[in-house]
Parts: sequence; C-alpha cells; structure tokens
Amino acid sequence: MRRRPLLALSGAVAALAAALSGCGVLGVGDQPADIQVYSARHYDLEEAFKEFTKETGLTVDFLYGDDAELLQRLKAEGDGTPADVYMTVDAGNLWNAAKEGVLAPLDSPQLDTAVPADLRDPRGRWYGLALRARTVAYNPDAVDPSEFDPKDTYAGLTDPKWEGRLCMRDETEAYTQSLVASLIDLYGRGKALEIVKGWVANDVQVMSNDILLLEAVDSGACDVALVNHYYYARKLTEQPDLDVKLYWASQEGAGAHVNISGAGVVKASDNPKQAQQLIEWLGTKGQSDFVDGNHEYPVNAEVKPEQMIADFGTFKRMPLDPEAYGTLNAEATDLLAEAGYK
Amino acid sequence: MTESWALVDPRTAPDGGRPRRATSTGRATWSLLVLVIAALVATPVVAVVVDAVAASGSASLPRGLGGMVVTTLLLMLGVGLGTLVVGAGLAWLVTAYRFPLRDVLVWLLVLPLAMPAYILGFVFLSTFDISGPVQGAVRSLFGSDVWTPDVRSLPGAIVVMSLTLYPYVYLLVRAALAEQGRSTYDAARTLGASRARAFRKVLLPLARPSIAAGLALVMMEVLTDFATVQYFGVKTVSVGVYLVWKGTFDFHSATQLSGLVLLFAVAVLAGERLMRGRARYHQKGGRGQGLETRSLAGWRGWGAALLGVLALGAGFVLPVLRLLAWAVGDALSDPDGLLDPRSVEYLVNSMVVASIAAACCVLLSLGMGHALRLGGGRVVRSAAQLTTFGYAVPGAVIGIGVLIAFAGLDTALKNLGVPGGTGLVVTGSVIGILYAYVVRFLAPAYQAVDASFAKVSPNMTLSAMSLGASPRRILARVHLPLVRSGVAVALVLVMIDAVKELPIVLLLRPFGFTTVSVWVYELASENFWQQAALPALLIVAVAVVPVFLLFRQVRVADAPRRVH
Amino acid sequence: MGVDDLMTAVPGHGHAHVTPALVLDGISKRYGSVVAAESVDLRAAPGELITLIGPSGCGKSTTLRLVAGLERPDEGTIRIAGEVVADRRHFQQPEHRRVGLVFQDHALFPHLTVTQNVAFGLDRLSRSERQARVGEVLDLVRLGHLAGRYPHELSGGEQQRVALARALAPRPAVVLLDEPFSSLDESLRAQVRADTVEVLRETGTTGMLVTHDQTEALSVGDRVVVMRGGRVEQADTPERVFEHPASRFVASFMGDADFLPAHVRDALLTCEIGVVSTVPGWANTDCDVDVVLRPHEVALTIDPASPAHVVAVEYHGAFVLHTVRLASGRTLRSWQPHAVRHPVGTAVAVSVVPGITPTLLVGDDAVTAPPST
Repeated sequence: MRRRPLLALSGAVAALAAALSGCGVLGVGDQPADIQVYSARHYDLEEAFKEFTKETGLTVDFLYGDDAELLQRLKAEGDGTPADVYMTVDAGNLWNAAKEGVLAPLDSPQLDTAVPADLRDPRGRWYGLALRARTVAYNPDAVDPSEFDPKDTYAGLTDPKWEGRLCMRDETEAYTQSLVASLIDLYGRGKALEIVKGWVANDVQVMSNDILLLEAVDSGACDVALVNHYYYARKLTEQPDLDVKLYWASQEGAGAHVNISGAGVVKASDNPKQAQQLIEWLGTKGQSDFVDGNHEYPVNAEVKPEQMIADFGTFKRMPLDPEAYGTLNAEATDLLAEAGYK
Repeated sequence: MTESWALVDPRTAPDGGRPRRATSTGRATWSLLVLVIAALVATPVVAVVVDAVAASGSASLPRGLGGMVVTTLLLMLGVGLGTLVVGAGLAWLVTAYRFPLRDVLVWLLVLPLAMPAYILGFVFLSTFDISGPVQGAVRSLFGSDVWTPDVRSLPGAIVVMSLTLYPYVYLLVRAALAEQGRSTYDAARTLGASRARAFRKVLLPLARPSIAAGLALVMMEVLTDFATVQYFGVKTVSVGVYLVWKGTFDFHSATQLSGLVLLFAVAVLAGERLMRGRARYHQKGGRGQGLETRSLAGWRGWGAALLGVLALGAGFVLPVLRLLAWAVGDALSDPDGLLDPRSVEYLVNSMVVASIAAACCVLLSLGMGHALRLGGGRVVRSAAQLTTFGYAVPGAVIGIGVLIAFAGLDTALKNLGVPGGTGLVVTGSVIGILYAYVVRFLAPAYQAVDASFAKVSPNMTLSAMSLGASPRRILARVHLPLVRSGVAVALVLVMIDAVKELPIVLLLRPFGFTTVSVWVYELASENFWQQAALPALLIVAVAVVPVFLLFRQVRVADAPRRVH
Repeated sequence: MGVDDLMTAVPGHGHAHVTPALVLDGISKRYGSVVAAESVDLRAAPGELITLIGPSGCGKSTTLRLVAGLERPDEGTIRIAGEVVADRRHFQQPEHRRVGLVFQDHALFPHLTVTQNVAFGLDRLSRSERQARVGEVLDLVRLGHLAGRYPHELSGGEQQRVALARALAPRPAVVLLDEPFSSLDESLRAQVRADTVEVLRETGTTGMLVTHDQTEALSVGDRVVVMRGGRVEQADTPERVFEHPASRFVASFMGDADFLPAHVRDALLTCEIGVVSTVPGWANTDCDVDVVLRPHEVALTIDPASPAHVVAVEYHGAFVLHTVRLASGRTLRSWQPHAVRHPVGTAVAVSVVPGITPTLLVGDDAVTAPPST
C-alpha cells in the first residue's frame, strides 16, 4: 500500500539522527575555546576576537542571544555555566546582571583608567566598551537645524511646530525605553511624562526599526527622527547621497543621550583570569577592532573613533547613570504606556 | 441515508453517546505513556511558574493590561476570521472545482506556511509603510498630503498574520474535504441546496473538527507571536510579557503574566472542543471518494485562479521576490560576502533539528492518539489535552523552563549523591532544544493526528481488537495507515515550525550551534536586512522541502480511485 | 424465571451438560450515576442465536460491549466457552477473548482488500492455512469473486458479508452483531438477514445480535432478550415473548398491544367489550387486572347499535388495521383481512377471537396466578 513515503521519511529521519549523533552536533568532541562569551552583541565580534587570539593565543567562542534571555540562562546554569564573559548592549542590562549577582568584581587598574567612571560599575563588575548616541536625524530639505532647541532638543520636539513631522522607535524597543529612562532621571517623572505626551500630541509616527526611520526621513515621509548615530553612519556608507543630516541633541543643555555596550566576568567562570584579560584588551588595544566596524565611539578617550563618525563632530554626552537605566527602565515603559505612546 | 459518514448525535445515539474512544477500559501501558508525555511537556512550564511564585510575591502588571487583553482578543478574532475565510475558502475552491492553475495551486497554496511571519511582517512594512516604495510613489503622484492607511496597525497585523497562517486551516480542511464522502454532499444537493449552501450547511460542519484544529493552531500562533505584533505596534499580552521581562528586568512578573497567555490558550482549546461539538464525526466504512469536481469555465475559472494566486502572491511570491531583490542587491554590493561558508552548516543544523523534532512529535502524537483510542479515563484524556498547551507558551519561556527544570534535576541528583548529574546536557547539546521543540510543537502534531483519528470509526479499532490484534499490531496495521494523512500533515507542520522557530534555539543552543533562523536574527536584530535576505530565503527554502513532501500526499489524495 | 428452565425450552439446544458458549452472571455496569446494566444474567448454548432488544439506552449495547471486553463490568462474572473473561479480579482484553464483532457500519478496514480484511484476525496461522481459511469463509458468504476488491468498491450488503466473514474467520466462540442490518436498504435487509442467519446456523456459531427491530428480534433469534433500563425484562423464545409477555413494557414493545382495564371474577375475565375469556385456576378470585389485547386477537362485526365505532383505517396490503374507539373513549386496534374495510364512523361490535388466553397484568407485571391479597 502507500505506506512507503512515510516509511522512507521515517527512515531518512532516523538516518539523520544517527549521522547527527556521530558528527558533533550534539556537542561532544568539540574542544571548547579558552574563553567563552555570552553576548547580546553580534556585530564584528568575530573580527575583534580573531585579533585577540592572534595577539594572545587565547581562543574565544561566543554565543549570541538576547540580553535578558542570556541572563536567565546564566542564572539557570548556575555554577555549571560554560560562560566566562557576559556581554550586553545596554547599561541597564549590565546593571541588572550585576544586581542579580552573576558578575564577579574585577580589580583592573588598566580598565579603571581606560573606561570613564560613569561608564563602568564602581565595583568593577562590568565595564562599558562601546558608546552610541541617540540623537536627531533630519531631512535638510524640510528642516533648518536652527529649528531645534539647542538646550533641550528632546523636549523641544514637543513644540506644536513639529506636529506630523516626527518619527520615532516603538515603545518595546530598549532604545526608546533607555532614552525615556534618562529623561526621567534628568527631569523627574512628571516632566518626562509631559515630554512624551508632547511627542504623542505631535502625532509621532512610530516605526519598528532605525533603518526604516532613516529611510522615512530620506524619503520625506518624516522630517525628524530619533536614531542611533551608527545606523546613520551605516546608511550613509550604503547610500552616500542620503538626504539626512545628524543633529547633536541638547548640546547647550544636558547633552545627547548615550548608551553603552559592555561586559563583565561571569562569577561562575572557570577561567576568570583570561576572561578579565579579554575585557581589558577590548577596553584598550582592541577598542578600534571592537567599535569601528559598527561605527561606534570608543569609550577609551585615548582611542580615536573611526574617521567617518569623527566627521560627525565631537559632541557633549548626557552623563550616564547605569543605575537609573536599570531601575528607571520599568518606570519608562510604564510612562510610555501612560502617555499613549505607540 | 448517509452512506459513508455517520454523524451520530449523542442525544439520540443508542446508549446516550459514549466518548469517541473505543473502550472504557484502557491499557495501562499506553495510558501511562500519555501521562508521561503530559508530565514531560508540563515540566518546563510548571518549573517556570514554580520559580516565579517562589521568587516573588506580587507581580507588577504592566500599565494598560486591559487594553492588551482587548488587543489580543481582537487580533485573535481578526486572524481567526481571516484564516477561516482564506483557508477554508481556498480549500473548498480547489476541492470542488477544476479551474486553470488549480492543480499547481492545490499544493502551492501551502507555501506561505514556509514564510516566517516575522519576515513577512518586515517585508510588508518595508514595502507599504510610510517610508516604503508604495507610499513613496503615492506621495510623489498625489503630493505628500494624500491620505494613506496606517499599515503599522492592528488591521495590518491581521492581514499579514492571516496571510502566513491560513495554510493551517487550508491544510486540515482540505484533508477533511478530500476524505469526505460524496454522498452527504450529493444528498444535500438533491435536497435542493445550491453548491454554496451544501458547502456551508453540510461539508463545512462535517469538516468542523479540522477547522477547529486549524483555527486552534492559528490562535496559539497568534498568542505566542512576539516579532510580528511588535513590528506592527500591536500590543498583545505576549508583548506585555516581553515588556515586563526585558523592559523592567522583572522576569518573575513576566512569567506570571505569561500565565495570562496560558489562560487564553485554555480558552482557545476549550473553544476548539466546543466547536468540534459533542457530535461524533467519523467516516463510515470505506474511505470517502472525494467530491465530484466541477469545471469552472471562462471568467469564473480565471477568477478562481486569481483568488488563489492573490493569496499565494501576497503571502509568498511577492515577499520572496522582495527578499531576492535584497539578496541580489547585497550580493552585487559585496560579492565576497555572498556565500558564508558556514551557511551549509547552519542549513544542516536547521534541518536535522527540525527533522528529529518532527519525528519525535509525530511519534508521541501517534502514541497518544492510539492510547486514547484504546480507552483510558478522563485523567488520560485531560493529560492528552494538556500536552497541547506548550504551543501557547512563548518559546523563550519554554526555553527558560527547560533550563530551570534541568538545573533542578541536576541539584536533585547531586543531593542524591549521583556523581556527574546531567552536567550541561541541556545547553551543552541540542537535547535541550529538541526537548523544548517537543514541548512546543507537540500541539500541531497532535492536532493533525488527532483530527485524523477523529475520522476513524471507533468500531474499526474494536473490530481489530476482537480479531485478536494486540494494541501494537492495531497501531501498525490499522491506526497508522488510517491516520496517515494526519501524520504527514503533522510532520510537515512541525518541520516548518521548527525551522522557523527562533527563541528556543537562541536560548538553548550550545556553543557553535547556529541555525538559519538564528543567522537571520543575528543580522536582522541589527537591521542588516539586505544581508538577512539570503538566510531568510534559506529558511523559506528549507520549509519548502516538507511542503514538497506534503505535495505527494495531496497528489495521492487527488488520484482517481479505482471504481468498478 | 430460571435461565436454565428457559434453556431447555430451546429446541435442539437444551443440553444442560454442554458448556455454555456464553454466560453472564449478575453483570452490572454504571457510568457515573447512569445505570447501564443491572444484574444481567444471560446464558447462551453453543450454536444458539440470541437477540437483544430494547429501546435506546436499555443496556443492550452495553451488554454487547461488556461481552466483547470493551467495557469492564462493575460486578458479576462473564464466561466465554467456559473461561472466565471478566469478574471482580480478572479482566481479559478484547483481543484475547474469542469474540467476533459485526457492526452496523461494518467497520471494514478501508485500506485493506477483502482478502486482507478477512485475513486480519488470522495472523497466527501459517500462510497456507490463512489462505485456506480466507477462501473458506469467503465462499461461505459467497464473496470469493470479490476477494481483491477494496471495501469502498463493494455494495452495502457485500460489505456486511465481508464483515461477517471477517468476524467468523478466527472461529470465535461467540459472534456479536451490533444492529448489523440497520444501515442496509429495506429491500436488501431481509435477504442479507436471512443469509447471515443461514451462515451462522451452517457454521454452528453462537451469536448475540443487538437490534431495535421487533420483527428482526422475533424472526432471527432462538431466544429473545428484552431489556429496559439496564435490566432484562424477559428472556424467552420468540413465541413466548410475543404471546406471553412478562410485563406491560414487553407487551407493548414487542408488537402492537392495547390495554383495557378488566375484572376477573370466578375465573371469568370481563372488560368493557364484555366477556373476554375464562381464566382457569382463578375460581375464587375477584380482582381488577389489565388485559393485553393484540390487534389480531380483536374481532369486529358491524353492529349499528354498538357504541364503538371505527376511527381510523390503515391499509397494509394483506391486512387492514382498524382503530376502534370504545364507549369509554379507549381505543383498540384490530387486524382484518384485506377484503374487510369498515369505513370510518362505522359502528362495530368488538369481541375477542375465540380460543385466546390473553395476558393479564397487575400493575405492570404479567400474572399467571391470582394475586394473593
């Protein structure tokens, strides 16, 4: 009868399974790398780690995932975790990982010098390694930069003159949340709520990624958008005739909103020395390898940013308060919901 | 008289309508199997819940939860209706009529299943949203003040999800219609019902278990979806779970909130049972002959073809073309980076894990369906029902649950003095992923197999028993051949789902284990959509393979039967 | 009534020393609060054909399922060919009982040919034995020429015969038939029924047939078991069940029956239509009863003076059914030869055909002796 296809399929599956158990997909037989990294950052990590291996002879393997999910995995794995380093793309997540007690404090004068005090944990449990700014992108055909409020550009976008001209990211995005958290930290909840409500009143168009935002500005669908600077840099390399310009927010006030990618050594690491060595390298010699590919700013003042973003000009950044990012993020999501931001 | 279908209303059935199972005595070993499976499936979810309850007293619920509940309901309703109309409508069209392109459309219409909703969502938005080419063209034609619909909205999400999810309904309903006897339909026709009315009044109700099963799958997909709804700014309860988890770093409140998602799932499954009704539907005697197809001539024929092409085009062809354009653009701008040497490895990983998961799910489903057929009490039946809940739990939550469960097992083993423990069985190998896949995808497999079982008369099982066949022989010689179509559908559904699945792999994979979906995520999460186009196409390609396998099944079902 | 007494009443099967093919002893089965079978006693001699009949929910299907092993009895013992298959401690699964099943929907395996269907229960035989046995039973049901067909290529009657052949092939101790003919067309049914009974007789198979068709129950069975509410109301030869129903229910369920209040005094039974008959042995009685009158026992004569008149006439071909309203407003039915057709409204005198010993009821139960007051 016609049972053959089914049998054949089952046979194929069985054969696959057999082949699988023999070929290391089950994770047996692979020699683990010297340093194993759980990373929420993916971009160019491989290149940087290759460089590190070249210089030190230590091999690095990394597992990419979502910050919060990797943290849960770390906690669940406990002492048995293979991870030596935990790397995230958000200060709030670093702060939270430290609070959850999965990171070991480091004694590293080298990193303490290299990383500015507000971009690292005072107890050395984590260090910021790459810096990004979230600022204003505008269409020069539709906007004159003098229209922006140089003192407080984010709040200035609540002015009715921006009605129907604004585009921003969605409220589920960490970028939006940490920006609002920093505004709460800066002004208190009441004022921050007013600002977000002002954006909403201006009929802000919400989009689900920064590239779409930039394309919307480029096409004239929006006049102004809030974006991470590196997306702008990336889009510009792909499309040099991009009809978008960057404006550094709040330069006469608190400065432009920034956030960091950073890393810490996992408490349960069986190789903390070399893990620390990797983070130290990333914060010093490896800075350019780590940040340039993604057009980010090095945290280390001694390291120059790549030419392209250096051309965006220097800017004043809002002081970063990781604890605020960590604790106020919840309030930020609540505030966004209250303001009807979506 | 209905010749090949017996629709027995239990209220009038002799002896008050017994349950669908064959006997009330059950078989201990087979019943035990169901209980074990249920326990296995429940473990990760229970682990998460216990962990959440143990860790914190009160959950901090997100603001606007009421709105999320309403949004979730609206989305489920909308997508449910959308998939019902598109899925059941197309199934009817290709079953009852012959028209141009019908023979290819029959199986091509399954293809949108291969398109992950998160990819279609992005493609859709990048095409139709405010910065996309369509609205750009509209603006350049009519000026920037012209009204354009807000595509990043609930209706937009409903359209996109309906377009990717309708094949669930299509597949199951088509199978039901194809297996159905002609006589019932003919009877209705001779009673003066129009074709449409006969479809509505007779065939549709008879296909109800299949429709219910398909819709339940759709609803659960909708419930656990995070990526697509997020693209469309639709705040469902699942979005709430992620908001709480990732936005407020409060995992425990998030798990408590995911309990609400489970409640929705309970409602969905209860609804499914309700919709299946208390009536018993099963084929009587011989296999149905299928409907007599009628030829649609002229514009009607082309109209029917157009409907199929439209669904296929919107849900599959256009997005694939768009992805192709991106992939080609990317290849032109960066010819060296075109073929990642590891892409083959990723591909193999995806297929291997998906195949094993599909095989496991189908085997377990068969075992459960068979066990229920042999009997077993309310407990066993409830246990079987319980195994489908995994589908309603977001993948990431199941992943965490698997981690917690194994960590607990580890500790327990250590306390018992067992050396070694499980070590890193979960995240050190793909076993964790497979386990989580089974937990999550047992539902589609079981739904498909169970829907097939529902069409097998219990008397078939009883006859086999009384002829001295052991339960195992009945499984091999009677049940398996009779539910073959359900098994094929189950294999395909799980394969496709597993290839697309992201959060579980992301969370549970061992070092060095990357699948195509992870590859897409790595690129897409940093908005490298051009580069992500190629792996996205690979996912589609991988998912198309089982669709081809399914094609065989469809063709077999369509093959003219020997009639003397 | 004792089961053994009834056994001896079955002509040709009354060998009490032979091991019965099937024994049900005090079988009870409940689903929650619903009683499906209550202290059911039943016994079938080898080769006997028993029919189970009763209204929906009477427990006849449950009884069949209990015998087949599809349900487990709460109480009682079931023996098949002398072997205990179910009691308080033992429970033998259906596949280990020597029971054959034939269903209304035939339940043929649609993916197997006729031959494969019939051979299904013969997997323990060698190939040649199997082939021989399949050929044998197919010949028995005269389907040898359709051996290669699939079930959907057969007519309903043919499917039914395949189902029978399949059930008989493993030589079961008992064949259970669950309304096997009710899915067949009226025209086909009688023939298939006759064929089936013939095959069962020919092979000496013990059979238990569940039906809701009175004619079928009476014509097929060596013995008829009437069930109601999970209990056996009467188990007897077809003749006795029809002519001497044990209860009001059996009287009305097995054939048409009308009931009239009547009185017995000094062995004379009288009711509204006058003296019905004498009741031997009731000489010193004076009591109220109900009398059971079947239409063929009621005679009509035109009598303009009679208060009774015809209210309905139904032509049934050979006979004509007259419904007569009596002075009290009660109705009686009467079969008349096909030539006799009293128009509606005709005044008729009603009497009972001579020589009848009608069944008497006190309450709902038939009585043969005067109730002891």
